[in-house]
Formats: sequence, C-alpha cells, structure tokens
Amino acid sequence: MIAYAVRRVLQFIPTIFGISLIMFLLLNVLPGNAALMAGGKQELDPQLIERMKKEWGLDKPLHIRYLIYMKDLVQGDLGVSFLRHEKVNTLIGPRIWPSFKLAVSAMLIALILGIPLGFYSALKQGSWLDTASMVVAVSGVSLPQFWLGLLLMLFFSAKLHLFPTSGYGNGSLMHLVLPSITLGVGYMALLARTTRAAALEILEEDYIRTARSKGLSELLINRKHVLKNTLVLILTTAGMQFGSLMGQTVIVEKLFSWPGIGSLLVDSIFQRDIPVIQGCILAIIVVFLVVNLTVDLLYSLIDPRIKYQ
Amino acid sequence: MEKSNMDDHGNLLDVQGLKTYFHTFDGIARAVDDVSFDLNKGETLGIVGESGSGKSVTALSIMRLIPEPLGKIVHGRVLLNGNDLLKIPMNDMRDIMGNRISMIFQEPMTSLNPLFTVGDQISEMVIRHMNLSKKESWNRSVEMLEKVQIPSPEKRAHDYPHQLSGGMRQRVMIAMALSCNPEILIADEPTTALDVTIQAQVIDLMMQLKDDFDASILMITHDLAVIAEIAQRVIVMYAGRIVEQGDVYTIFENPMHPYTRALLKSIPKLGNRSTSGREPLHVIKGVVPSLYHLPAGCSFYPRCSEAMDICRTDPIKMVALDPTHRVRCAHYATH
Amino acid sequence: MVGFCITLLVIFMAIFAPVLAPYHPVDDADLMVAEEAPSRAFWFGTDSQGRDILSRIIFGARISLLVGLVSQLLNSVIGIVLGLTAGFLGKWWDDLVMGLTNIMMSIPSLVFALAIMALLGPGLINVLLALGFTNWSYTCRITRSQVLSTRELNYVKAAEALGYGKIRIMFTQVLPNIIGPILVIATLGAAGAILIEAALSFLGLGTQPPTPSWGGMLATAREQLFSAPWISIFPGLAIFITVLGLNLSGDGLRDFLDPRTSRRQ
Repeated sequence: MIAYAVRRVLQFIPTIFGISLIMFLLLNVLPGNAALMAGGKQELDPQLIERMKKEWGLDKPLHIRYLIYMKDLVQGDLGVSFLRHEKVNTLIGPRIWPSFKLAVSAMLIALILGIPLGFYSALKQGSWLDTASMVVAVSGVSLPQFWLGLLLMLFFSAKLHLFPTSGYGNGSLMHLVLPSITLGVGYMALLARTTRAAALEILEEDYIRTARSKGLSELLINRKHVLKNTLVLILTTAGMQFGSLMGQTVIVEKLFSWPGIGSLLVDSIFQRDIPVIQGCILAIIVVFLVVNLTVDLLYSLIDPRIKYQ
Repeated sequence: MEKSNMDDHGNLLDVQGLKTYFHTFDGIARAVDDVSFDLNKGETLGIVGESGSGKSVTALSIMRLIPEPLGKIVHGRVLLNGNDLLKIPMNDMRDIMGNRISMIFQEPMTSLNPLFTVGDQISEMVIRHMNLSKKESWNRSVEMLEKVQIPSPEKRAHDYPHQLSGGMRQRVMIAMALSCNPEILIADEPTTALDVTIQAQVIDLMMQLKDDFDASILMITHDLAVIAEIAQRVIVMYAGRIVEQGDVYTIFENPMHPYTRALLKSIPKLGNRSTSGREPLHVIKGVVPSLYHLPAGCSFYPRCSEAMDICRTDPIKMVALDPTHRVRCAHYATH
Repeated sequence: MVGFCITLLVIFMAIFAPVLAPYHPVDDADLMVAEEAPSRAFWFGTDSQGRDILSRIIFGARISLLVGLVSQLLNSVIGIVLGLTAGFLGKWWDDLVMGLTNIMMSIPSLVFALAIMALLGPGLINVLLALGFTNWSYTCRITRSQVLSTRELNYVKAAEALGYGKIRIMFTQVLPNIIGPILVIATLGAAGAILIEAALSFLGLGTQPPTPSWGGMLATAREQLFSAPWISIFPGLAIFITVLGLNLSGDGLRDFLDPRTSRRQ
C-alpha cells in the first residue's frame, strides 16, 4: 500500500510538468502577440513594442523562455504580470482563500445533499421519490450555472432581499450562500446520479444476495453492505467529477464578483496578461490534481483489496 | 419459532406444487413449473439437472430470494414443520433464513463482501440469530472457521475475502451457513467453480459437518458423480419440471426416464476404452427448450429416443412406480 | 423518448428559424421598444437594443446546435484517429497518446477552453475550435481499448497472420462496436459543449454581439437583471431545455445500448 502511494505521488510530478508544458505552449506559441494585444489594439510605437518585449523576456526564443519559466516554477515563482508589474504570486495569493471557501462550501452542499439523494433513489428504485430526484438531478446537470446564479440573485436578492447580490462582503456567511448554492448544484446533481448508478449496481451483486440469505434485515444490509460498497465505488468518480466544479468556479466567481482566482483568470484573459493566466490555470489544475491524488490515496486506504496487495 | 420436529409424514421440508415464473420483455419464463418433493431429517437429497433446468431457482424460491418484480412464485407451498414459508411475513422468514435453513452459493468469489473481513461476515449472522455479544460472536466465527478446517482460524478471521483462495472462501461460506445450527443446508453447486482436487475436499468436509451438525442437505449440482457419492435420494429436473425422483441406487441402477438414462449414459466410464475400444462420447442431441416456449406435451420430446406421439400433445403426469420412485413419462402412465 | 423529442424540436427550430421567427434577430432593432416586457407583439419581450427576444432565441438555436455538432465531430474524429493509431501502432506512440489522454483528463474542460480562448481571442470560430478539443480523450480511450481487445480475439489474430490489412480490421471489427458508445459520448458531449459555449459567451469570450447566441444574450442581461428580468430568463431557459434534451437523449441511448438495462434478464 505504501508502494502504491509512493507510485501515485511520483506520477503526480510528470503530470504537472506535462500540463505546464502544454499550457505554456498554448499560451506562448504565437510570438509577440502578447505585446500587441496587451497594447489594446492601438497602434503602438514599434520601439515601445520592442521595449515591452524585452521587459517581458519575449524576445528570447521559445525554449529559452520555457526553461526560464520552469526554473522559476520549480522555486515556486510564477513570474511577473505583464500589466501590473507585480509578481503573479502576489496577485494570486490573497485570492486563494476566497476561492477555497467557495469551492469547499459548494462541495459540502453537493456531498451532503447529493449522495443521500442518489443512494435513497436507488434503494427505492421506481418510486416517485426516485423519479422525482432523478429529474431534479438531470436538470441540475443541464442547468447553465450562471443562469441559475442570475435566477437566484433575482429571487432571493432582489425580490426577497434575503441575501446580498454579489461581492465577498469581507467573508460574511450571507455573501457565501448564493454563490455556493449556484456552484454546488451542478456537482450535487452529478453526485446524485453517480451514487444512484453505483448503488443500483451494488444491489445486484452476489454478496448482497448472500447477506439476504443470512436473514439480515434490509435496513442492516443497506446501511452496512450497500452503503460502504457504494461509497467506495463512487469515490474515484467523484474525485474526477470534482474537476467540473473547479471549472465552474471561474464562472460563478465572475458572476458574483467573488474575489477569487477564477475571476482573476477571466480578467487576465481579457488583458492578455499571460503570466497571470498561466499562474491561475496552473493553480486551478494543481488543486484538482491534489484532490484527485488525495482521493486515490484515500481509496487505497479504504478498499482492502488494494490495501493488502 | 422453535426448531421443528418431523411432521406426521416424517418430513422436514415439504415442497408442493412450486411454480416460479419470470416476467421479462421476451415473455414469461417458466423456470420452475410444478415441482414437488420432500426432504427428510438427516438425509442428503440431490437435485440434478442441466443449466436452465430450474434447480437453482427452486432453491432460491424456497429461501424466498427470488428477485421481484422480475420473478414471482405464482403457486405452491413450502412447508417447514407444517408452516408455509411462502405465506409468512418477511420478518418471520428472516428469522428462519440462516437460522433454520441456510444456503451456500456457487461463486465463492463474488458471494462474500470484499470490504468486510471474513470473521465480521460470519459474526454478523451470529449476532442476528443468536443474540450474542460482539466478542462472543467473534469467538463463534473463529470456532466455525476451525470446524471447516481452515488453518490458523484466529488469524484468518481478520482476512478479507480476496486474501483467501477459492477453496478457502467456499469453506468460509460453509462455516457461515452452519454457524447458527440450521436444520437444512441448501448447497447450490458449491463445488462447480472450484478446482477438481479442491472439490473432493469440500464435499468431504460437507459430509462430515452434516453429521456433526445433524443437518439435512439439499445438494444441487449437475455433477452426477457427486450425487452418487453423497446423496440418499435424488431428483432429476428438466426444463423446470421433475422428470424422475427416487433413491440413489434405484435411479442409478434402474433409471426409468429417457432423460435420466441418457444422462447416465453420457458419463464416460473409466477404463471403457481399454475394454470396449474407442467409442464416440454419448451425447443427448438437441438443446434444452427455451423456458419461454415450453411445449404442450413432454418437454423432453424433441430429444427423446423413445418418444411416442402422445408425448408431444398431452401434458405428462408424475407416476409413482413404487412409494419412493416416481417418473414423469408417458411410458409409465397408469391406465 | 422525451429527450429525443426535445432535441428534435430544437433542431427543427434551428433549421426553420427564418420562417419561425417573427422578427429579424439583429436588424429589427428599435430602441423605441427597448426593454419591453413580454407582450402580444413580443412574446418574450425585448432586450436593451429593442430586439425581439423570441426571434433571437429561435436563431440562437442555430448557434448552439452548430456548437454541439461541430465540437463533437471534431472531438470524435480526433479521439477515433488517436485511439486507432494508438491501438494498432503501439509502443511509443501509444504511450504518448495515453499520456496525453491522462493529462487531458486532468484538466477540467472549462479551464482548457478558457486557455485556448486566451490564446486565440474571442469569437465563435475560436470557440468551436476550443471545444473541439475538450473531450476527445474519452472517445480515444474507448476506441483504443476496443482495438486492443479486438486484436486479442483469436479469429482476428488469424486474420492478421494471413495478412489481412489492419485497415480492414479497423473497419469491420472495431468501428461497428464503438459507434454506440461514441454516439453516447458525443450526445452528452454536445450538451456539455453548449454549456461551455454559453459560459464563454456569457463572459464575453465567445460569440460577440450582435450575434444572437443564448449565452451572449445573458451576458448583457446582467445589468438589466432587476429592471427587465425576462432578458435573463428566456435565453437561459432555452439553454436549459436544449441541454436537458441532449442529456436525456444521451442517457436514453446509453441505457438502450447497455445490455443490462435494455432487456430485463
């Protein structure tokens, strides 16, 4: 099991490298663009462009730039923003906590509501509860998150004046409610569907039939055998689906003017501030990978088939 | 319910007219179509048949493990000490399952929950039926593992199913099934999925435990050799019906039904080749009929070498050749 | 079932848009009737430029369906090609493709799309391009595993030994088996693609005004959220229903293909 853990952690590193390489190539493959675009489509003095290029190191060939980037990256330095002359780290730093808060609360909502919903739907397959929750679930997956956000804003904020419309509000709980719900609904729906499918599969298994033949009550069978097997089954998938949550954070942050990494990313895309873009994307992906890694390790702890190889 | 004595017929379990049908998109499959037999105390009764003959479904019906709404027991009684198991409330049935009737299944690989230890899976049953504390039930688990001859049972009890071999897993299943001293053990092809060498061990084990625990065994298999070795009486099933039943010697020495005869003929005999030279293996030509479209007359008709015309059209009734030997064949119909 | 009906309806709407829409989505802009609530004249009301929302929504179907279709076509082609070559050629190419697939699966689709938009700049064509690369990895995996398992079949090994071209095996053995799952991936992928395009347009990175895309309509709707809520409600509803239809269709297709659920037993 330790071997498995070590192996997984080691896999982590080349994946990060691969991703950073791809991102770097993607964003920097068109030389000189940054300078022009950052200038905002104005006709800039060619000398000015040259100076900007030099300042940002864009005059060097691509592979040199990549090496410099990697050298800095390994030391944790994400480079310097084109536009704001600040280190990217400084820009990203204060935004980590708000993003984290938002993501975590959305995740909690999704886990606490989604998994039981899916689980009980499976147990009561065919009942109105099952049909109703699955309709809700597939709707949740089909909703454009930002539309949901707008609707929530409209009803709860404007009409009912329950929650503030947007903004961080210095971390107040009230400000957190609408964004987390908006963000959490999608993931919750996904989890509900995944859990239901997994539970249905488990219910067909031979060992459930054995449990029944032992005279155990349905309640015990569901709570003990079906539940544990279902949770183990969905663990890996849930981790992978978390990625959709990460992506959606960007949109929700922009919609609610939430001062997180996502909104910084969107802004820097408009500003063509490449180092910031790279930094934000890298940060988001790293988080996702870490979550996946944790899930994998957790899985190897919980599933005895992997634990005792 | 208390442990039963034999009812006035001397039977422990009495199955009468059992019919279990499955409703699928393709129609109604009559998996078990009017099956009646009884099981006496202390005996081993074998149920023999090909795949699709309905033998497993019969066992599952007795245990009320048929998945509804797909399958349904549409007719029949299963009497345990005079009480019809099919009519009692499910809660009462659960008191019986594992406690007075236990079942072991064909695939030990998938029949145990991979996420719980072997000891846990045995003790949860003991806790359910025998009201022991956690510690006591664990001790009982270890005790049972010892009875099924698993070495170092205290250690093995902490193992997970995937850490054990197929033969060991089946022993665990047996230990689990017998842990609450059931009167009846239903074994559904317990050795089919095991290596040949292990098969013999498991069969021996079962026989010994049967004596130790004073249980009756309902042995379901397609392996005639196993039946010959351990059963006192045997039931031959074909396409959901019993075609012949009687005690083992009679059936083997003097099979009456064409199907039984063909089955016995198809067993290759050791040493035959040296005495009578090379012969092609005897097979029963044709295939088992689809359970969705059972013929009106005898189900075996298309493949029967002794078929008569009335076999095709008239439903065949069970005929008793003597008190213990019954056949469902037009050749023996009483006039 | 329900999903298919909805999807067909949307397709119908897209194809016959010029006939169905009461007004022109872009040109019929009369500032005199800007931000009017739904009425007889304008069933869904008008937006801030005085354009009929209903017409814009009907035409918007074209954009969304275009997005869904083109993106999935691109993804499927890439996925199939990479999967086939990885399975047949093996060795370092296979490793490369697999590594790439793993990396792609580690990047959330939206983030990846954002990165590509950052590179290319805003606009519908760029969106199509970006979305064409978001979920090829699933198709690739399925194709590759099908290739590998097919090659293991004894009669295929025999065929290969006899010199039957790999291409022939590809077409006769591999492709028929993967069409089903790939269709499911494509349908569900289209749903996802439409959502991403809407999100991108909402951010301003996708379709640019005055193109009537549903996401784009929501982008400007934010300012008028409280004064003219219908501008926000209807486009989002359109997205929701379309995506719902696609998801239901995809689910239905998947259940249909799964031997366990399509026939009981």
